Amino acid sequence: MTEAHALALRGLTKRYGSFTAVDDVSLTVERGAFLTLLGPSGSGKTTILMAIAGFTAPTAGAILLDGADITALPPEKRDFGMVFQGYALFPHMTVAENVAFPLRVRGMGKAEREAKVRAALDLVQLDRFAERRPAQLSGGQQQRVALARALVFEPNLLLLDEPLSALDKKLRAELQEELRALHRRIGRTFVNVTHDQEEALSLSDQVAILNHGRLIQLGAPAALYDRPRTRFVADFLGISNFIRGRVTEARPDGFALTIGATRLVQAGAAPGAEALLSLRPEKIALLGEGETADNTVEGAITSWLYLGTGYALHVRVPDLGDLRVALPAWRAPIAPREGLTLRLGWPAEAAVPVEDDDAA
Amino acid sequence: MRRDAGWWVLLLPAFLLMTIFYLAPIAQVLAISVTEPTPGLGNYERLFTNPAVQRVIGTTLRICIITTLISLALGYVLAYVIALASPRAQRWWLLGVLVPLWISVLVRAFAWVTLLRRQGLVNQGLQGMGVIDEPLQLVWNEFGIVVGMVHYMVPYAVLPMLASMREIDPRVLAAARGLGASRFTAFTRVFLPLSAPGLAAAAVLVFIVTLGFYITPAILGGGKTLMAAEWIKLQILDLVRWGLGAMLATVMVLTILVTLAVFSRVIDLGRMFGAQR
Repeated sequence: MTEAHALALRGLTKRYGSFTAVDDVSLTVERGAFLTLLGPSGSGKTTILMAIAGFTAPTAGAILLDGADITALPPEKRDFGMVFQGYALFPHMTVAENVAFPLRVRGMGKAEREAKVRAALDLVQLDRFAERRPAQLSGGQQQRVALARALVFEPNLLLLDEPLSALDKKLRAELQEELRALHRRIGRTFVNVTHDQEEALSLSDQVAILNHGRLIQLGAPAALYDRPRTRFVADFLGISNFIRGRVTEARPDGFALTIGATRLVQAGAAPGAEALLSLRPEKIALLGEGETADNTVEGAITSWLYLGTGYALHVRVPDLGDLRVALPAWRAPIAPREGLTLRLGWPAEAAVPVEDDDAA
Repeated sequence: MRRDAGWWVLLLPAFLLMTIFYLAPIAQVLAISVTEPTPGLGNYERLFTNPAVQRVIGTTLRICIITTLISLALGYVLAYVIALASPRAQRWWLLGVLVPLWISVLVRAFAWVTLLRRQGLVNQGLQGMGVIDEPLQLVWNEFGIVVGMVHYMVPYAVLPMLASMREIDPRVLAAARGLGASRFTAFTRVFLPLSAPGLAAAAVLVFIVTLGFYITPAILGGGKTLMAAEWIKLQILDLVRWGLGAMLATVMVLTILVTLAVFSRVIDLGRMFGAQR
């Protein structure tokens, strides 16, 4: 097994006329890492992947593989495996012929080719289907064939374009785990594109969040979720409450924030005269009689949903508006009903000051 | 059941029209070929004994095969360019392909004569540029016939091939490139096999249509090169040898049916002519 490769983008930019699809994106993918480009449609994530694959020539910037500039290299010279959206299997070839294709175009001998095809099909548990045509396979099986085909020639990188988007929810979860296990087993560098934040969080070592062609934040899934840099990141990854207030006091371990008659304390440095906080619903606790927290507020339930694992509450709090609160259902101390008044609390380090980049 | 019967009633006029004006005359032609001038297979015997008949068949097959091959080659390139063009460009290309079909065969044949004759534009142009000293014999021979027939047949070659190329997912070509195939290999290993059904369909269509060409060879052949249709007309109208003419006509109908039968084993004819499955 050859060693994994590192990929770097330097100031990658792609313009179509006056429209900027990718705007000065720089990032590095470590050897053997699983990077996901995550963003809504039109965020430029697919354009970046196509530029990495060599199908789209960037307007400016460079793509480097282990430090060598490969920006001008045609796709067939890059040795990148790619799983296309919709898989793009060759309909006129059997599964085995599909997987053998990259080896055949490299002029590999028959015996070696057959052994590698068998190993690749074993890897994705499709050895029994070698002689079938793609049209005779289910969506999940086609996806596995596409994976085997992209991996069989031991590519420098594996690129995945929305690999799971065509599958139903249950199968998607199953293949997510398989993909993760596969990545661990073969130790190659993977670059994945998706608009599904759950998929990005569960699969990746690193997630790059993109919006309007710009890289907003790059980091490990947990870091992005717990310490979003901007409002867009906090909103796009999971659910978040946003609290905007005036900074009224600097403290040694943080600052205080005033919203109308409500005063909140917050850890971290004050970003300026005003602060925008992102507060995750599961970090808000329901306070019992006599319990206290750094921040306590009171409010009444305006609506609620039962989700199996918990309740999603909307609580109307004076000054702060509607707060979304996640309450575990198991041994919940209250039975939610509309109008019920609750005391809520959270510690000073529960919320995160974020940059306000997203007016919508 | 009654609803089905209703549909059949609607089909009846077309069915009667086909039977009375198409199948019945063909049956009659078949009958004449074995009854005139004397009952028996005497006319068919000439297929094996008469050098004139054999020469006509040989000429016809040669011209048709050459025309089919050239039309397929030109049509394939054209269909390939159209299939990969933007939707807007595709409409203009298609218009360009279809417009010649609206111009009368007769007009087109005479237009080729004016272009290709000894004092025609092509010869004068080549002489003017000093490429040739003497005018080339470009018309009133097989070359002229092939030029006129290819010109007529290219749209027929483009349409079935374009239909099958449009069904090819462009991502499949990108996938081939991404997996290490050069442009050329991606074409020969992926695009060509996937467009092969259209190629076969176009070959059958073009070959069958060329077999029956009459006006184009008559005008561009100048009476020196005889193809089957003109030869049949000569037998029946000029030499009043109905039996011989009907025999060759029957042979042509059978050739077409056999060609279709062979190809229907290989490709889906219904799909090739646009029927939905």
